[in-house]
Amino acid sequence: MTTEPEQNPSGSSHQEKMTAYWKKNVRLVTILLAIWWIVSYGAGIIFEDALNAIVIPGTGFHLGFWFAQQGSIYVFVIMIFVYAWLMNKLDREYDVHED
Amino acid sequence: MDVKTWTFLIVGATFALYIGIAIWSRANTTGDFYIAGRGVHPVVNGMATGADWMSAASFISMAGLISFMGYDGAVYLMGWTGGYVLLALLLAPYLRKYGQFTVPDFVGDRYYSNGARIVAVLCAVFVSFTYVAGQMRGVGVVFSRFLEVDINVGVGIGMAIVFFYAVLGGMKGITYTQAAQYCVLIFAYLVPAIFISILLTDKYIPQIGFGASLGGDIGSRIAGGETIKLMDKLNQLNTELGFAEYTSGKKSMLDVLCITGALMAGTAGLPHVIVRFYTVPRVRDARLSVGWALFFIALLYTTAPAVAAFARTNLIDTVSGASYTQVEGEKSIPQWFKTWEDTGLLAWVDKNNDGKVQYVAGAALAGKPTFTAERGSSGQRMVSNPNPDTKNELYVDRDIIVLANPEIANLPNWVIALVAAGGLAAALSTAAGLLLVVSTSISHDLLKRVFVPSISEKQELLAARIAAGFAVMIAGYFGINPPGFVAQVVAFAFGLACSSFFPAIILGIFWKKANREGVISGMLVGIIFTASYIIYFKFMGGTPDQFWFGISPEGIGALGMLLNFAVAVVVGRFTPPPPQEVQELVEHIRVPAGAKTPTHSH
Repeated sequence: MTTEPEQNPSGSSHQEKMTAYWKKNVRLVTILLAIWWIVSYGAGIIFEDALNAIVIPGTGFHLGFWFAQQGSIYVFVIMIFVYAWLMNKLDREYDVHED
Repeated sequence: MDVKTWTFLIVGATFALYIGIAIWSRANTTGDFYIAGRGVHPVVNGMATGADWMSAASFISMAGLISFMGYDGAVYLMGWTGGYVLLALLLAPYLRKYGQFTVPDFVGDRYYSNGARIVAVLCAVFVSFTYVAGQMRGVGVVFSRFLEVDINVGVGIGMAIVFFYAVLGGMKGITYTQAAQYCVLIFAYLVPAIFISILLTDKYIPQIGFGASLGGDIGSRIAGGETIKLMDKLNQLNTELGFAEYTSGKKSMLDVLCITGALMAGTAGLPHVIVRFYTVPRVRDARLSVGWALFFIALLYTTAPAVAAFARTNLIDTVSGASYTQVEGEKSIPQWFKTWEDTGLLAWVDKNNDGKVQYVAGAALAGKPTFTAERGSSGQRMVSNPNPDTKNELYVDRDIIVLANPEIANLPNWVIALVAAGGLAAALSTAAGLLLVVSTSISHDLLKRVFVPSISEKQELLAARIAAGFAVMIAGYFGINPPGFVAQVVAFAFGLACSSFFPAIILGIFWKKANREGVISGMLVGIIFTASYIIYFKFMGGTPDQFWFGISPEGIGALGMLLNFAVAVVVGRFTPPPPQEVQELVEHIRVPAGAKTPTHSH
């Protein structure tokens, strides 16, 4: 088991703080997963046909096809870096960061 | 210099590099062997993950697959990258905080049950062996195609190299060789892609050329004087020959949704990928490292569909209606056509005896070509299994798209050699990562945690090395005697990972009350359901019209995953909640602070 006694005092205010931290974390993850869902399953699959009516100006890409084979991947990469950045900020705010 | 000399030189140099790294990064403790002492920089780990993840199939076959599937190829592109978002947001940071060495460690401890641990071990070993057999075969194929040695000799050389750095260096050796292998494979992938992009669209960046107008040496010829976008020309060529439009798919939408879902969740649940994020020093490194991993993977995954479209346009334009023999003033087939016909990856049956290649929709042959010793009237290799029901005369193996790219674009010999080295790097790096999972499962999860808890650190390390050695040999055996079903069982690897591990880990982190009874029943239901569906359709002669709601075996894991979640939650509600210390463990892994700092022993 890796459970070690936490250094912090385990009073009820600490408990509340941790609950609030976790709630914010879950909210952030939910928002990001919604975007993840919209670009891949939404734009890339379900609404692919509809979006294909739009051609990205200056290119030969039909929008739905572009999301399915290019755009969703770009969004995924950016999203993970945004998540890492926002979570590091949240960690500091709640004083649960490392080091 | 000729291609063979170049190949010997470049492949030899990369192998020397891998061995050098292995000697430099020997493992001294189980911590080194299992998780590289948790001292890997997040960017290096990102590269290593890229090589670990991108297999011979990603490197050699994927662009070809997309080339022939058109839009439907997106299931692989989105499925195999979208999983990293799940990994970053839902799994990696928490598992890193939890510490320990393996996925079964987490499942066994979180669900306070050695039964759960053993189910996890069996899945991990099965998934890894399924995958690794294909890798060793890939090594043999690259060797035989580029260096003209026997496939078995090629597999043997591959085994020796992997044995050397996996057994000696464990995770530490594997990590740094994988980082080097990533550099080799991405360079080998991008160089021909950039050249082809210039030749077809006059753009240096394939991702931009993909959406540009035809231009450059080959592109302007295909456009024939008009200004037309590559994508439009490709749709036009496909429709003219009776194929589906490149930008629209053939699969049903529900099936596409399910396959993408199964590949995403499966990717996030693959043990050899998850374990890579145990090797970084801190929780925030784990978060960042997934981002780097996907960045490095995306370099290849956004290039592949561009290469697919370039190659498809060029292939149709070059061979359709071309005369097999060189005729003055008429369109004739290029030299590479014959080269690859000789290797058996391409075949032509002159069904209407006009000496020209008719390339239209439909399968030209009944399955893969079986060549006879004879030559036809135009000098082509004869096959004994033409498919009389279609007018199509051309069989093209999808692997050609990447392998023959340099020749199609008339690139110098060293580029061809580079592609060989890249294919080997992709196959070897993935094989090593998988073999480590197998060896860790045996020495750590089974011996140390279940059967012989009193084993000493030294003995455990020795056991890990012996297990790695055996795993290499079994993998080599499968490489030399490939079970005929390898291609079919890849669906298994993803289906199982997504219907077993993925829900168990997610629930373990996000639902404090997830208990042993619920999760074990969930995993069993998920595995049995998914496995039965795949076995029925892949091995017992089930036909596509019997698919449930049109969901193919590749996508059924998504349904298995939902079942797993549902069963785990329902059973969990009617059985006792987990003990207090397990609930505290969950609270502990939810915050980054207090993670164990880099360890060198356990």
